[in-house]
Amino acid sequence: MPQCVQECVHVQAWFQATCCIRTHSAFRLQTLSELLVTWCPSESMGNWIIDHGPSALILLVWTGINTFLFVYFYLFYDRGDRFFYTRHIIGSALSWARAPAAVLNFNCLLVLLPVCRNLLSLLRGSFVCCGRSLRKQLDKNLTFHKLVGYMIGLMTAVHTIAHLFNVEWFTRSRQGGFDILSTTLSRLGELENETYLNPVRDPNATPTYVAFTTIGGLTGVIITLALILMITSSMEVIRRSYFEVFWYIHHLFIIFFAGLVIHGAGRMVRSQTPTNPPHNFTVCKDQPLEWGKVPECPIPQFAGGFPQTWMWVIGPMFLYLCERLLRFIRYLQSVTYRKIIMRPSNVLELQLVKRGFKMEVGQYIFMNCPAISQLEWHPFTMTSAPEEDFFSVHIRSVGDWTEKLIKMLEQLPEGAQGPKMAVDGPFGTASEDVFDYEVSVLVGCGIGVTPFASILKSIWYKFKQSSPKLRTKKIYFYWLCRETHAFEWFADLLQVLEKEMAGRGMEDFLTYNLYLTGWDENHTAHVTVHFDKDTDVVTGLKQKTYYGRPIWDKEFQEIRKENPTSGVGVFLCGPETLAKTLEKKCVKYSDVDPRKTNFYFNKENF
Amino acid sequence: MGKIEWAMWANEQALASGLILLTGGIVGVAGQFAGWQFAAYGVAAGVFVCLLEYPRGRRAKGTSVERTGQYCLTVCVKAFGPITRNYYVRAFLHAALCVPGGFMLATVLGCVCLGIASLIYLLAAIRGEQWLPILPKTETREKPRESIKEPPQNPPPRPPADLRRKRLEDVEGAAYVNPIPVTGSED
Repeated sequence: MPQCVQECVHVQAWFQATCCIRTHSAFRLQTLSELLVTWCPSESMGNWIIDHGPSALILLVWTGINTFLFVYFYLFYDRGDRFFYTRHIIGSALSWARAPAAVLNFNCLLVLLPVCRNLLSLLRGSFVCCGRSLRKQLDKNLTFHKLVGYMIGLMTAVHTIAHLFNVEWFTRSRQGGFDILSTTLSRLGELENETYLNPVRDPNATPTYVAFTTIGGLTGVIITLALILMITSSMEVIRRSYFEVFWYIHHLFIIFFAGLVIHGAGRMVRSQTPTNPPHNFTVCKDQPLEWGKVPECPIPQFAGGFPQTWMWVIGPMFLYLCERLLRFIRYLQSVTYRKIIMRPSNVLELQLVKRGFKMEVGQYIFMNCPAISQLEWHPFTMTSAPEEDFFSVHIRSVGDWTEKLIKMLEQLPEGAQGPKMAVDGPFGTASEDVFDYEVSVLVGCGIGVTPFASILKSIWYKFKQSSPKLRTKKIYFYWLCRETHAFEWFADLLQVLEKEMAGRGMEDFLTYNLYLTGWDENHTAHVTVHFDKDTDVVTGLKQKTYYGRPIWDKEFQEIRKENPTSGVGVFLCGPETLAKTLEKKCVKYSDVDPRKTNFYFNKENF
Repeated sequence: MGKIEWAMWANEQALASGLILLTGGIVGVAGQFAGWQFAAYGVAAGVFVCLLEYPRGRRAKGTSVERTGQYCLTVCVKAFGPITRNYYVRAFLHAALCVPGGFMLATVLGCVCLGIASLIYLLAAIRGEQWLPILPKTETREKPRESIKEPPQNPPPRPPADLRRKRLEDVEGAAYVNPIPVTGSED
């Protein structure tokens, strides 16, 4: 968590993918074993199935298809009679190259789909009937993208190693380094009315020459290089800290897919074709020198396999192209600034208006400012409520992009429009669960408070309008962070809410507790000096800041005492360790009697 | 996010190249490919590059995340002082190491990858980056200053510096009002 606070690209930026908002399970690579580990005995099997069932099912299906493809194509090339002579030269390396190739086709088909964010939004919209747990699977798109990426990496390694053997043995066979049958097979194609089997046509060629002068070899080398560069630049340390490097290098995928489509065009994997009279290898393999001389053994004919990869990937490539076109259209749509506010600690609040834009709580948008960079889209969680007639984001100056943006807007004259801004979105499943509980406990850690801005505002609007959608009677809000000064804008928001609630005599609707975890003697002395003030010295709020971490046992006991008959939803946006603690506490303090206090833990909502 | 430190990517790329070179070398030796001596070189060079690149350097700004169990290697790599600290050395070392890999197909991929890593390191070196070890922080206590010669700029009571809500340059709006104008002693 502390790392998140410092490393996040922007206040909210990219932590959908890397940091806290969706932290933990949602965006970490979840393997099946990991899923099983997270199942703890205190949690009932039913809950586990609801929480992790869909992910486990998707993983299971994906693994199943991969295994099937690998085994099927391995056996196809390992058993097939058509490949008998091919196997005689290169052995099982044929199957070891072809089986991963099939898995690669399938995974290259999949890898583009999870990054089509607009397509996912469309799906999400059409799944409204199917319940939230299914829709939430779509929020794990990047986890799946990574998983597929790892599979592509692994299969590429196997495929490449197998082809190293193939090229070596084809060349050696062409030079007559193996038995007579291999040499005879490799020499086929030298005369007319013969078709070749061995793709190495020049007897003096070296493996390196072969690799760089054939379509399959050259494209293979190029796309493997592109893949390696993409993988090394998308390691967590690069992606988090130097997002631009990751972002630009990842566009090598264009070369990757272009190369992939033509990789098979050379038709180098060759199989025996029927001849008249038929050439029966079981009889003829022992007398290669008699081929064409005896009637039962005519010269065998060979043909290359039809390239298939393009058929696998053409659909997703088209969808991705549409996605990019849509982003371009969004880029052209106009967005007007409603208000530009500089908050303390270099936080910029942008209130924007776009025609036809509709948001829900907890969603995020991508923003592009052509004046800074035409290509970069940066994600931000929205901090406004759906009830407001604009949408807002809070941008903290932490990187090149945000710094430039803030500098540009600071120089603007009062009331002027800012530079052209493009907005794509909104994305992500709305976190509306919060409204379904009579009592909600919201726990935000550091940067993880961002989505709560939208939620708290929305709750308050709904409460004022006494909306039937809102069942919430009471909110407990916990805010844990190491240092607050970067999040003062949030304290400001709380202050506004505090005042409004006090104005309506609703002080006890929202109880919030701030915990400063990174404090030292300096603070202590400061607090000692100001202990008699009405408002907190750090945040200026009525609620005083606590120092250290909350004692959850005490907090849960109190909540239970205050709400003896309610269902309590606990929502966390924070690190995994805290999630585990809270999950246990929820189980511990829930009453067996369903009419009494019950805690329900939610962690993947933001 | 701040300034891009290219050395971080160069390190990932070089480590991957080391592994690829090693794998290619093992394949070449195990398959007894023509010119397998180059593959044997690939194994040696791959292992060397992996050992050299495994300990991740410290980032100039922000938190640095160590690779699992890199401490021992960090100490070893640090022991070579300026040779391992300077990224020009690494760039040229990798450029030289990758050349023999180009003589056989099995190590070609490793060779090209290492060449690319060398170029990124060169870029990092040109931008003035250098390798610094990630070592456990030693608690350093700030020594008390010798003596106070100037009047206090911010008379107490005052909030701690890092929690001050108003920025320093915004004197007017500062949280407190100085009773008398304060100037530093001119002498």
